[in-house]
Amino acid sequence: MITYLFIGLFTCMIGYFIYFEAVLSPDVINNPYNARQDAFAEKIIRGKILASDGTVLAETKTAEDGTETRSYPFGNVFSHVVGYSTRGRTGLETLANFYLLTSDMPVVERIQNEIKEEKNQGDQVITTLDVNLQKTAWDALGSNRGAAVVLEAGTGRVLAMVSKPDFDPEQINANWDSLTSEDDTESALYNRAAQGLYAPGSTFKIITLLEYMRENPSTYADFTFHCNGKLTEGNYTINCYNKKAHGDEDLTKAFAKSCNAAFASIGLGLNTSSLSAACDSLMFNRELPFELTYSKSSFSLDDSAVPADKMMTAVGQGQTLVSPLHMALIASAIANEGKLMKPYLLERVENAESSLVKSFEPEEYGPLMTAAEAQNLTEYMKAVVESGTGSKLSDLGFPVAGKTGTAEYSSDKKKSHAWFVGFSDTEEQEDIVVCVLIEEKGSGSEYAVPVARKIFSAWHNSLTSGS
Amino acid sequence: MTSLIVELSKFVFILFIAMYTFLSFSVLRKKNQEEINHGWRVQNLLTVLIQVLACVVLLAQTEQEGQEKLLLFFLFQIVLLQAAVFFTRVLYPGVSRLVLNHMCFLMAVGFIMLTRLSYDKAVRQFQIAAVALALSMLIPVLIRKGAFLQKMSWFYGIAGLLLLVAVSFFGKTTSGAKLAIVLGSFSFQPSEFVKISFVLFAAARLVRSTEFRELLATTVMAGIHVLVLVVSRDLGGALLFFTAYLVIFYVATKKPLYFLGGLGAGCGAAFAGYHLFSHVRVRVLAWTDPFSVIDKEGYQITQSLFAVGTGHWLGMGLNQGMPGKIPVVEQDFIFSAISEEFGGIFAICLILICMSCFIMFINIAMQIKNVFYKYTALGLGILYGFQVFLTVGGAIRFIPSTGVTLPLVSYGGSSLTASIMMFAIIQGMYLLKEDEAIQSEKERAAKSKIRKNRKKQIGKKS
Repeated sequence: MITYLFIGLFTCMIGYFIYFEAVLSPDVINNPYNARQDAFAEKIIRGKILASDGTVLAETKTAEDGTETRSYPFGNVFSHVVGYSTRGRTGLETLANFYLLTSDMPVVERIQNEIKEEKNQGDQVITTLDVNLQKTAWDALGSNRGAAVVLEAGTGRVLAMVSKPDFDPEQINANWDSLTSEDDTESALYNRAAQGLYAPGSTFKIITLLEYMRENPSTYADFTFHCNGKLTEGNYTINCYNKKAHGDEDLTKAFAKSCNAAFASIGLGLNTSSLSAACDSLMFNRELPFELTYSKSSFSLDDSAVPADKMMTAVGQGQTLVSPLHMALIASAIANEGKLMKPYLLERVENAESSLVKSFEPEEYGPLMTAAEAQNLTEYMKAVVESGTGSKLSDLGFPVAGKTGTAEYSSDKKKSHAWFVGFSDTEEQEDIVVCVLIEEKGSGSEYAVPVARKIFSAWHNSLTSGS
Repeated sequence: MTSLIVELSKFVFILFIAMYTFLSFSVLRKKNQEEINHGWRVQNLLTVLIQVLACVVLLAQTEQEGQEKLLLFFLFQIVLLQAAVFFTRVLYPGVSRLVLNHMCFLMAVGFIMLTRLSYDKAVRQFQIAAVALALSMLIPVLIRKGAFLQKMSWFYGIAGLLLLVAVSFFGKTTSGAKLAIVLGSFSFQPSEFVKISFVLFAAARLVRSTEFRELLATTVMAGIHVLVLVVSRDLGGALLFFTAYLVIFYVATKKPLYFLGGLGAGCGAAFAGYHLFSHVRVRVLAWTDPFSVIDKEGYQITQSLFAVGTGHWLGMGLNQGMPGKIPVVEQDFIFSAISEEFGGIFAICLILICMSCFIMFINIAMQIKNVFYKYTALGLGILYGFQVFLTVGGAIRFIPSTGVTLPLVSYGGSSLTASIMMFAIIQGMYLLKEDEAIQSEKERAAKSKIRKNRKKQIGKKS
């Protein structure tokens, strides 16, 4: 009996070993701590990184004398998401490092090269990135600081990810000292789209609204409020944007006009612990399913919260901090009947002759809300575009749902971050999610919405011209 | 050209070890003695071929001036192991060829890996192996003739315990555990030898009596062994001793309740250990989430995983990986180094060969009639099997790493000597088993003769 027990143990161990080699090892070994990867570079020419249509985003060129240079044809446009590989590694350059330094060329050719003592060409990775959308977003952000994220809601494919200010990955070594100097205030190496944490401002009202619907399942539609431009509770007063009085409003109007007074009053009535739980289930204070470096969003509101805290939190001004990527993920779940697809950047791996080595499929993260909740939120977010703060998106020729935000991040009320998060709702196409953040600029409807508009129309144009 | 040799050699290594492994299991099924002997000879040949190939691959990657030295060293390795096979067979024609071949094969793989990792350590290992192999030739005869061995139960227990206590007082601390006594340039790890004396102790005591008082005395003594090891922070050792004792105890008393009770006590102790000792928690953390502590506690295991994963199925090729990145790779993580450079398929074959050793040990325990030796074989088999499980499982993060060596393969004079002794003891018991078989054959023949004679007499009378 004991013999069998031991043989069983051994068999399990061998089974685990096989599982490790077959399934786990690619993820495990693709780690910056694995020095073995660098050794590959002595035998392999680093492969190309391509956009989804095959456009080269990064490639290694070998000069006559054998020196290799990594070239990035789009310069600064893809700087954060593609990353660099000559001064440490970031972005896709680190995510795909193992594939780029593995050669799956035909065996005969590899052996020929071995004999000639020449390097083999590494595999190329085809990403989900869309050159047109990335360029549009990059241009639209102009000289502002900020970020834009574009995802495909139904699959999780990352179509664009822009962060400004940016840098030239070809000049990373030359500019390293100034990019990392202590006097630097730009933080250009920082990928604001995934690593930047900002007060969500009114975009958080999506979550406040979701929680309100959950706590009042049968009566939420009957909500009415009279807004005179502010709401005072105790000695704390919250103002609407520009102290505008919105008058009589129902829930649709309060959301569409982004009425702070109405949502602060909703916030006062919410159960803090269940709001916290809702935020946790929306991945606040949690790891995000994302492969590049990112920052965890934070939300904290406990039972000791005073009314002022609850009011501020409900309109996205409390202690809450969120990244543009995270807001885009929440919106993508709403667009996708409540189910979140894991965002991903690597579409497939090919050898240098374009024959397939490995392809990646969309993966579901799980539901963030029910399909009915997602449907309801979509209707409210559509009203924002049709008759509210996002009305600049109403004439695109296809329906868009969204939410703007104007986040005050300091006591200086004139400075604020402009937010927009939303998605196309065409029902025929793979819908896209767009999240835009512009630092220290002003209101979301004035600054973030126009950027989103350019991205949406570029997407729409390429669809119509393509088909 | 060099890299071509390395690339091609990967496939040939795998072919050789696969054939060797296949023979380990297929030969046992054969009936024809000629075929069986042929199988054993092919295994010896494969061992030599692997050594020759490794030599060629390493030579291709060595500078001119080092080549002669390396070639000579490999020649010595091949001669030593083949001499061990030859002399064992001459002195003891009846030994288990499979166990003998495995011992040499595992040592050959160990030598190759050590030569690649550190030439000086490999030479040292070689010298110790030569002496240990020579001395071990005496062991089977001791086992065969030594009826006195089973009368010295308390001697084993007390001598073993004294050695362990000596380490815990005078031992040198390496990576948190007190394992070795250092005398000048010579370092000695008593716990490797105490393993054997401990099994002898448990077997001898449990043969004598399974009466409750006696059992209690034996168990207390065994418990003290384990406790001393825990205090010296040799957790892998403690676990090995505990498991071996539990199994012998169960087989001797045949009471499942004791076994379950022991198992329960073991789990309780592990739980208490987790809460009492920070180094246990560190090991467990390094196991559950090594990447979160990759800079410190998880460094070793993650480097091991990088090695195993980067080597993948076919390996990087001999001398092409970076096993040196793994701390104490020559001892606790030799399996990762082998897996990195020879690949996962080779490594799985190696596990199967170790498993084949274990099965042979247990088979001998099953078949031998002398109860003292039965328990001893069983205890040694469990020690061996469990140790392989701990070191391989630890290296691939199947279980938390416990810091034990892979017998006969890992670097370390004490571990190697003790393992060679263990294999020699097993060979002795195998011979004894054969003797028993011949004896009972004779007895049966004698009995049937008597019966026939009786019949004849009866026939005559009538």
